[in-house]
Amino acid sequence: MAHAHKLEIFRGLVKFKSNTQKIWGVLILLSIITMVEVILGIYKPEMLMGHIVGMKILNWIFIILTLVKAYYITWDFMHMRDETAALRRMVVWTTVFLISYLLFILLQEGGYVGSVISNGFMKHDF
Amino acid sequence: MNTTVVNTGTEEKTWGGGNKPLNASYGKMMMWFFILSDALTFCGFLAAYGFSRFKFPEIWPIADDVFTHVPFIHGNYPMIFVAFMTFILIMSSVTMVLAVDAGHQMNKAKVTIYMFLTIIGGLTFLGSQAYEWTTFIKGEYGAVTTNGGNIIQFVDADGNRVALKDFAIGQPVERTQHLSKNGLWFNKENGLPSYTIDEVVAGFEANKDLLVKTTYSDENGHKTILSRAASLQELKTKGKGVVEGANLIHNEYGPPLFANYFFFITGFHGFHVSIGVLLNIIIFFNVILGTYEKRGSYEMVEKVGLYWHFVDLVWVFVFTFFYLV
Repeated sequence: MAHAHKLEIFRGLVKFKSNTQKIWGVLILLSIITMVEVILGIYKPEMLMGHIVGMKILNWIFIILTLVKAYYITWDFMHMRDETAALRRMVVWTTVFLISYLLFILLQEGGYVGSVISNGFMKHDF
Repeated sequence: MNTTVVNTGTEEKTWGGGNKPLNASYGKMMMWFFILSDALTFCGFLAAYGFSRFKFPEIWPIADDVFTHVPFIHGNYPMIFVAFMTFILIMSSVTMVLAVDAGHQMNKAKVTIYMFLTIIGGLTFLGSQAYEWTTFIKGEYGAVTTNGGNIIQFVDADGNRVALKDFAIGQPVERTQHLSKNGLWFNKENGLPSYTIDEVVAGFEANKDLLVKTTYSDENGHKTILSRAASLQELKTKGKGVVEGANLIHNEYGPPLFANYFFFITGFHGFHVSIGVLLNIIIFFNVILGTYEKRGSYEMVEKVGLYWHFVDLVWVFVFTFFYLV
């Protein structure tokens, strides 16, 4: 059976000879990312504690690294790279749009309710 | 890949369904759509978790203070065990994708081995999660709840946590657990904590170097530790009851919501993993029996593989939002 696997990651920067090799390559990448996350999580470097757009830099790094991991799991383990563009867009764009929307409204509301609790005349510690 | 697809006899006509714009079989596409909807379910849980954290930014527990246990080793090791669990799950994802790859090459022996390894990985993960839950439910130090539902923890002069059992002083009490055999048959109460609030207060007064660690974080993200005088006042005016470990009503780590989300989200994910292991076992036996060999295609392995990778994908997000951020 002829299976066309796209064997390159990083937009062609790294090319693998076989699909099996690509799998191990992606595993190494994912493990390195996880190790970086764990090391940052344990040591919490002081320079990454500043705030950007309402969140610690460290937390932004964690979220971006998580999205990178999610990309490689979906694209290489779930073979999204080999699907047609239409199927890929149907699944990915729908998910991304709905999740961003839900996150925006819930986090916005959460922050607002939090500000009412802390700035309003409400005592919840007694 | 189209060897398992049932042909309808109208392949030549585009409007008769002959054209395949997505070039994917029915089963695979439906698995993708199921994954999409399941991703939204998990997103709902994690977004609700985010809602509560944004609502209570300064009283939320710090994950590094809560998940510190590693099996067989005593001491304070945050993150290590969860990282191990993540690695196990990614590893089992890799063996799964190797099984799919071997299936494309119609290599039955290799598919069998890789499916077996995937099942072992899944079971290891479930075992780790059982350990994680057990230590979380049992708790280690114990704490005092306040009237407002906050948590008071105890530390020594160096800021290390101190367990209730190390300083509480036993006192004669008349409080007994109400059992269903006494009084109304349907009326009973849960087990009482090992210590009463009076015993904890007496022990706290006797140990001059103990301090109170409040539920509130300072601007650096550490929980505030009060001075000795403020500690005594905090404990005496606000302290209400003793809490050991965690359940859905209260927990010794922070607000009740924290434990509720922990049980709900990791529980729902663990449930998905169990289902995945079950599906993998079914596929494993089908591979051994030669079902797919006869069918001429191992696409079923690929479809279940999609689900298994999705479970891994969800864990990546749970890991970030529960243990890292």
